[in-house]
Amino acid sequence: MSTTETSSGVSPVEGAAVYTVDNPAPVIQPPRQRTKKTPKSTRGNFEMYGWLFMRLSGVVLVVLVIGHLLIQLVLDGGVSKIGFAFVAGRWASPWWQVWDLLMLWLAMLHGCNGLRTVINDYAERAGTRLWLKALLYTATVWTILLGTLVIFTFDPNIR
Amino acid sequence: MPAGTLYRGREGMWSWVAHRVTGVLIFFFLFVHVLDTALVRVSPEAYDTVVATYKTPIVACLEYGLVAAILFHALNGLRVIAVDFWAKGARYQKPMLWTVVVVWVVLMLGAIYPVLGHAARVVFGS
Ligand code: HEM
Ligand code: HEM
Repeated sequence: MSTTETSSGVSPVEGAAVYTVDNPAPVIQPPRQRTKKTPKSTRGNFEMYGWLFMRLSGVVLVVLVIGHLLIQLVLDGGVSKIGFAFVAGRWASPWWQVWDLLMLWLAMLHGCNGLRTVINDYAERAGTRLWLKALLYTATVWTILLGTLVIFTFDPNIR
Repeated sequence: MPAGTLYRGREGMWSWVAHRVTGVLIFFFLFVHVLDTALVRVSPEAYDTVVATYKTPIVACLEYGLVAAILFHALNGLRVIAVDFWAKGARYQKPMLWTVVVVWVVLMLGAIYPVLGHAARVVFGS
């Protein structure tokens, strides 16, 4: 960088150019300069879709989960009637299979996204956040896979 | 403390805290619940043995708590959705919160007998 007389920066005569081709102004780094680490696009809409999903899945879950609780805990003797035979009777109907499948996927994804927000809020160290989220995503994926497998491979004559 | 742990301290903050706590609780329950349901793939006996614990008086109280958590999270979730999507939602957020609380109390009173009735019969005899 040039060291000649640019440090004053104030023109002695109003309106006259301080900097010339031979005496250029010092380069000032613009804020939020793109670096090698800057992603190509920083304008994804992921968070907006996540926000929308929480609301849409929430409305559907009201029906699915409260309906489920009514069936399991209130109607027809409450919890007392639950057992292998009861589950076999319910999963004989594709209606309840689809109900449970939808409830499983929506509730797990809704809860997973909710917990992601909670982790982002409270885990301050980048490393802690990374590990907690890795744990959350693994648990979510395995639970969804296991639950789906159980619904599709259920065998009433297992014994 | 992380930023945003306390926010103004009024109804809006406490409903948010309760929404968060109930959401996390339900998620952990669901995780265990899918595991216990998966026992139907092991054997009818294994499933029935584990489900028997669901019928004990102590777990019945936990079920009542789960119902409380779900009902609050569901009702308050609908309120949050109304605040976001209904033009007058923000103006009526406070009366909507009290509506949520009243409906919740009524539903919880209604749930006492169906959810805790059998536990009472076990403890006090039919
Ligand atoms: C204490 C209360 C509850 C009881 C007694 C109960 C009982 C049951 C039973 C007996 C099944 C077997 C299938 C069927 O009958 O539909 C089942 C499956 C299921 N329940 Fe619940 N449930 C309860 C609460 C919940 C809640 C609060 C949720 C959601 C947040 C939920 C989500 C599910 C899901 C996703 C399945 C399917 C599991 C799979 O795919 O393997 N349940 N539940
Ligand atoms: C019963 C119907 C449900 C409705 C109407 C509902 C609604 C909502 C809404 C609108 C939000 C977003 C709140 C916000 O952005 O401030 C939310 C957050 C959340 N929900 Fe649900 N939800 C329901 C069921 C569930 C279930 C079954 C689970 C667990 C598996 C769950 C776990 C969560 C969690 C962990 C959060 C994040 C809380 C936070 O960020 O403070 N919800 N819920």
